[in-house]
Amino acid sequence: MRIVLLALRRLAASLPTLLVLLVGLFVLLQFAPGDTVDALMAQMGGGDPAAADELRRFYGLDLSVPVRLGHYLWRLVQLDLGYSAIYGKPVAEVIVERLPPTLLLMGASLAFAFAGGLVLGVFAARKVGRWPDTVLSTLGLIFYATPSFWFGLMGIVLFAVDLGWVPAGGYEEIAGGKTGLARVLDVAWHLALPTLTLALIFLATYLRIMRASMLEVMTLDFVRTARAKGLSGMAVLTRHVLRNALLPMVTLIGLQAGTMLGGSVVVESVFALPGLGRLAYESVVQRDLNTLLGIVFVSALLVIVVNFLVDLLYARLDPRIVS
Amino acid sequence: MALTRREALLASVATTLAAVLPTAGRAAETPKTGGTLTYHLGSEQRILNPALRASTGVYIVSSKIFESLVDLDAEGKPVGVLATSWEAAADGKTVTFRLRDGVTWHDGKPFTSADVAYTALELWKKYLNYGTQLQQYLEAVDTPDPLTAVFRYARPIPTALLLRALADLGYIAPKHLYEGTNVLENPANTAPIGTGPFKFVQYERGQFIVAERNPAYWRKGFPYLDKIVWRVITDKSAASAALETGQIQISTYSSLALADYDRLAKDPRFEISSRGIEANAFNNTLEFNVRRKELADVRVRRAIAHAINVPFFIENFLYGRGKPATGPIPSSSAAFFPGNPPPYPFDVKKSEALLDEAGYKRGAGGVRFTLKLVPIQNGEDVPLLATYIQQSLAKVGIKVEIQLLDIAGALSTVYKDWNFDLATGWHQYRGDPAVSTTVWYRSGSPKGSPWTNQWGWQSDVVDKLIDDAASELDPVKRKALYAEFVAKVNEELPIWLVTERQFIGATWKTVKNHHNQPRWDSSDAHDTWIDA
Repeated sequence: MRIVLLALRRLAASLPTLLVLLVGLFVLLQFAPGDTVDALMAQMGGGDPAAADELRRFYGLDLSVPVRLGHYLWRLVQLDLGYSAIYGKPVAEVIVERLPPTLLLMGASLAFAFAGGLVLGVFAARKVGRWPDTVLSTLGLIFYATPSFWFGLMGIVLFAVDLGWVPAGGYEEIAGGKTGLARVLDVAWHLALPTLTLALIFLATYLRIMRASMLEVMTLDFVRTARAKGLSGMAVLTRHVLRNALLPMVTLIGLQAGTMLGGSVVVESVFALPGLGRLAYESVVQRDLNTLLGIVFVSALLVIVVNFLVDLLYARLDPRIVS
Repeated sequence: MALTRREALLASVATTLAAVLPTAGRAAETPKTGGTLTYHLGSEQRILNPALRASTGVYIVSSKIFESLVDLDAEGKPVGVLATSWEAAADGKTVTFRLRDGVTWHDGKPFTSADVAYTALELWKKYLNYGTQLQQYLEAVDTPDPLTAVFRYARPIPTALLLRALADLGYIAPKHLYEGTNVLENPANTAPIGTGPFKFVQYERGQFIVAERNPAYWRKGFPYLDKIVWRVITDKSAASAALETGQIQISTYSSLALADYDRLAKDPRFEISSRGIEANAFNNTLEFNVRRKELADVRVRRAIAHAINVPFFIENFLYGRGKPATGPIPSSSAAFFPGNPPPYPFDVKKSEALLDEAGYKRGAGGVRFTLKLVPIQNGEDVPLLATYIQQSLAKVGIKVEIQLLDIAGALSTVYKDWNFDLATGWHQYRGDPAVSTTVWYRSGSPKGSPWTNQWGWQSDVVDKLIDDAASELDPVKRKALYAEFVAKVNEELPIWLVTERQFIGATWKTVKNHHNQPRWDSSDAHDTWIDA
């Protein structure tokens, strides 16, 4: 019951944010020169103005901005995200098609970065100031500072072009007709390199946070008490230190859920994955307002859900927060 | 079971045909049937119907599924596809097409003259970019019988112009699927039904499109390939990697990075060339807004052209792939090229002298005046040329400020708002000046129409030359009119064509019978096969 109440409160608080976000984006995009028909003309290599006017009517661009915004919001209330100009079908359908690759890529990299950061952070904290700590911190910084497109491309050159271990890109084998486990393995094989690319970049942050938070907690009084009680080093670490040191990590997951959706534009382009990031980029270039707003809407929902889960996790890790 | 037998029969017919009729001029290898050919698709298209959208991006896919009335042969001459013969009346106002018998749509319905009449009047004339211009004087298409279509024009139209243009702008769509619907929303636009050698199978947005062999294709024994796949890869470097690993076998229309073509050309596995893409030449442009006081003076426009070292730009920025342009008609267009040299060779002294003569002396800091340059980013080289122009003009005392926008923004800034002094982008030549090129010079283009004369420049002489040439029936006189047109616009210079270039294709050498006619990437690939 408490959880349901918390969820409702969260949702109520995020609705105005969502509205401001959508209206703001709609207005902002009106300031960008050119509309979706200009983008289409660019793609077609030109056309005459009569045809362009006809297309503007077709896309509803002949109406004034407030009227279009009104129409959009009214449709949104009815849970209708509108019609995608690029793909010529409902936005909801386009987004649903793109969700699995994005969520898979995002979930896997996040999990990988979190797990890796956790283990390596603890390890570095225990060896603080000695060479393993220095090596890990330096490596982490290098991954963090490397641009993801370069990292991805170098991965492709090494592992796909030179060694031939993984495919150079794509989500799965084209029209391979695979089903069940074979298909799962095929997708996993295609996603290995992009996941690693994205995860390594985020790994550094988790590693640093985990290390710092471990070092801080280890000096606290209750740790000394636990030691004095005669607990083994491992028991102190897992039951007392880790549990407290995890809180900032969980916060970070909530924050990065949003970033990772955006951050995957580059990785999706480099690995030719049909994800939401690339769709968003394409919608901006093509001035496809409905699709872009739809993506923002879905992403915002996702961030709200993730943050809600993070709140629940907090409560579990630190009962003081709830009481 | 029946289908398999039929396929087996077709396959054997194909091999026998190929063995019995060794085609002249081609490699004397025996074609193999089967296999999948994978193309690179650099950007997704909204509509896959070439009767509604004329662009190379649409043709790469849809030309394998749909067919045009005519195509070009190896020498670039029109050859019948859905049309078998044609005849123009003496007054040039009536063109009669005889249509191919026994052709069926992929859904089994017969192809007839009704499809031709419907497509011409309802799709080309109303929606098809460039088609609306080409067919603006088309009044009616008579269909006396199912295999005859008579095009009636209000003004004479040169047959050579019409046929050459129809290779691109003559694709026929099925009337029975489009009639009575909103054609722009028709589901067949993204799940196309055509008459071509390949049938549409599947379109996974953001990933790939698949088409498979049409067993009922009218060219018996063709196509050789079982399947064609188009893979969507937007990142150029990733596309190069896909080519190298064999994920794709063809990338065309310069969809890879220029630096990669240089590298891939040294790899014996690939053919890197412009063979089979000659029909689409293009230029880097420099467009002048003559509403701006300084640019209204032709001496200033000429001075700007003289200030830019085009050979240097081509050698160092385009990896030597291109040459200085001679005017709006490229040297690759044998039928119309007048044979003149590049009109404004690099000459800084002359440039400075012209600017001085025009009365724009160097002021404070050596600057004569400042111009705003808008790059229209058709390709990776456009911003490079913009920067090169900026640096070159700084040397003669013209300060240039570059305003970077994405392509939709640049198009509306330049052609709709006229908010530019200089603009630079691409001009694409589509085989006949009347199709693609004279709109850049003809006055009266409505405001907002991209890639047309929006420069505030007008010349009665040029307008008349353009109009006369468009309806001149005698090919020799027509060529002479265009030579006069080139000389005139080179002298007046409302826009300056900087470079002349060809698109580049990268193809695996295991692909056979590829690029064997001048618009091959926009053609049907019915005789292409893979030596696996």
